[in-house]
Amino acid sequence: MVFTDVTPDPIDVVEVLKRVAAAEDGAVLLFLGVVRNHAEGRSVDGMRYDAYEAMAKGVLAEIAREASERHGTDRIAVVHRVGDLQLGDTSVAIAVSTPHRAAAYAANREIIEEIKKRLPVWKKEHYVDGASEWVEGAAPPVPHRAGGTA
Amino acid sequence: MAIAVRTLFFAAYRDLVGAAEIPVDLPEGSTVGDLVASLRERGHPFSSLPPAPAVAVNRTYAGPEERLAGGDEVAFIPPVAGG
Repeated sequence: MVFTDVTPDPIDVVEVLKRVAAAEDGAVLLFLGVVRNHAEGRSVDGMRYDAYEAMAKGVLAEIAREASERHGTDRIAVVHRVGDLQLGDTSVAIAVSTPHRAAAYAANREIIEEIKKRLPVWKKEHYVDGASEWVEGAAPPVPHRAGGTA
Repeated sequence: MAIAVRTLFFAAYRDLVGAAEIPVDLPEGSTVGDLVASLRERGHPFSSLPPAPAVAVNRTYAGPEERLAGGDEVAFIPPVAGG
């Protein structure tokens, strides 16, 4: 079952991995995004993640569903955290399980890239010198024509 | 006839306009593009919003030609930075 969530709670990585376990799979891949201590030459001591939570939950589910269809596995779990995170905290965990490794790598990579393109989440870096700034992000792809029925 | 929509602002746009949510009345038949233009015409601070920001209507990304209806939730989405 594809599982996704956007949550203020700390991410339990073992719990995420357990969600994708399946007897038919020989490859289990886990990606973790973690808060690092530097950005473009500045020292970082924390990060705040904000989300349009109601929409982000839907977009994350859609991203996982698309990867599931494209790579033929429903053993996918993706959890994105929001709120105030400290250095080393996990901001996102992506687990994919497939019979063979190639599909796990491809699906996992695709999910993080799509998150970066269109998940309505923003992060504010807090620097050691006391300043803080929104991280420059990516403009999500927006339809250019009104699409059929909404 | 006017329609009333809820506009939501996040992250840098929220800091810019100084509010998370603003109710806006628009003429019937207005599009996303009309809403953006009408807000920008209010002047500071709205005039600092980009002329073609990413927008979601009822939690789905929508283009500037999309028609709005009363009660729609229209979110201004700054460039995203998840992960």
